[in-house]
Amino acid sequence: MTSKTASIYDWVDERLGLTELADFARHKTVPVHAQSFWYYWGGISLFLFLVQCFTGVLLLVYYHPGADAYESVRQITFVMHFGWLIRSAHSWSANLMIFSILVHMFSVYFMKAYRKPREFGWLSGMALLGVASVFGFSGYLLPMDDLSYFATKVGLQIPAAIPWIGPIIGNMLRGGLEVNEFTVQRFFALHVVVLPALFLPLFGFHLWLVQRHGNAMPPAEEARPFLQRKTMPFFPNFLRKDLAMWLISLNILALLSSVFPWSLGKQADMLVPAPQGIHPEWYFMSPFEMLKLLGMVKWLQGEPGEIAGILIFTLGILLWVLIPFYDTSKESGRRGRAAHYFGLIAVSALLATTAIGYWTIR
Amino acid sequence: MSQVLNIPPIVKEPAEPGEQASRRAFLVAAGAAGLCYTAALAYPIYRYLASPEEMESSATAVTEVTLKDAQKIPSGSVLMFKFGTAPAMLIHHEDGRWVALTAVCTHLGCTVQYEPQADRIHCGCHGGVYNAYTGANVSGPPPKPLKLFKVAVNETGVNVSRT
Repeated sequence: MTSKTASIYDWVDERLGLTELADFARHKTVPVHAQSFWYYWGGISLFLFLVQCFTGVLLLVYYHPGADAYESVRQITFVMHFGWLIRSAHSWSANLMIFSILVHMFSVYFMKAYRKPREFGWLSGMALLGVASVFGFSGYLLPMDDLSYFATKVGLQIPAAIPWIGPIIGNMLRGGLEVNEFTVQRFFALHVVVLPALFLPLFGFHLWLVQRHGNAMPPAEEARPFLQRKTMPFFPNFLRKDLAMWLISLNILALLSSVFPWSLGKQADMLVPAPQGIHPEWYFMSPFEMLKLLGMVKWLQGEPGEIAGILIFTLGILLWVLIPFYDTSKESGRRGRAAHYFGLIAVSALLATTAIGYWTIR
Repeated sequence: MSQVLNIPPIVKEPAEPGEQASRRAFLVAAGAAGLCYTAALAYPIYRYLASPEEMESSATAVTEVTLKDAQKIPSGSVLMFKFGTAPAMLIHHEDGRWVALTAVCTHLGCTVQYEPQADRIHCGCHGGVYNAYTGANVSGPPPKPLKLFKVAVNETGVNVSRT
């Protein structure tokens, strides 16, 4: 470094503490073991979230919420140069982000990374997944085409089935008795203002915890003596691999969004019957199918089935979220095994109901 | 719980000349690939954001506007209209003469106003004044006159075109 750059560095360092940051980065390590691959999925989710922010702002440049929502999306897709690509990237990246968050969550679950002292990491992560799915649900309506219209109409029936307060919640979310331009307007406010305002601080908290506690190791690795464990420096080794994953994700995203551009249906019209085989996004398929299956049970037909479905699903999610307070011990005891089997059951139930959902639509 | 490991310092062996050349070649290739990537991302985004501008550029190519029924506006009054994308004004003077000019102040681009009592064109932003017949900048900050259009009045309307 020449004396001039050194003096600029010193000036900035004195005010921002760059040396401390560099020291921190130098000493941060990441465990290396057979399951290290799963460490990248949080970073991939972050990358896709950044893509969402970026493409979302670009869509915001031409999108109109309210009565001419459909017309503005039609214009973005067919009139503006490369508008189809930006919209397609936003939709594809949303789906890939939910997918990578789910992979991240299940890897954390099966590596038992929610145990002490990482309970808050698990809880904040679950909250982030919750916000991400509301992002998905609210964003799906914004183009106001036939699919998004009916998906929202059906989706809002679920909270509306809650006894007593359900109808009030339903009307609150819809902004009236029907899904219309008022619904788009408030979903838009939710999607671009309220949800980011919830997501960003939660995400900051989540990342801060990861820095504080470091990467969790799977129990088998933790059982090894300290000197037999392998690590790699975070900077630059892990970061370089992380960025390589980002590049791979970007390539996959570019490929998907240009080869399979996201379609735009016909303008939503409540007088036109719902298209055949209409179904929710894949990440909502499982609860949708569970409700349908419960409705087929003879003594659960109609409203009791809906309420039972909501109850079972809520209970399942609640157990899932509270797992760090059940499976607390570092030794793989009875509770540890029970949590593992609960995880396997949950994954199989999700996969099975999703598969049945797509099978019956076909 | 970050663990501090004592990593032995990396001792750099003096690089062979060939090794150094291949490292340079790698860096150049990586840099070029990075530039291609950036360009491939930036180009669609630029075109996307520039779309309205490109649509307008076809509108600015307009050379002639027909104002239907504009021949009916009374003398001593003005009709504001769009010539391409920019505002323009058609003035029917008290003496019966027709004048059409751009209505964009040459100072900082505000839309100017015709004042029939004073028979002048005035800009509300910084007090620029123009002659209402010739468009000449008379007083205030405007550096240039307003551009005049050719006017042809007939029974069905007024035809305004570039001179």
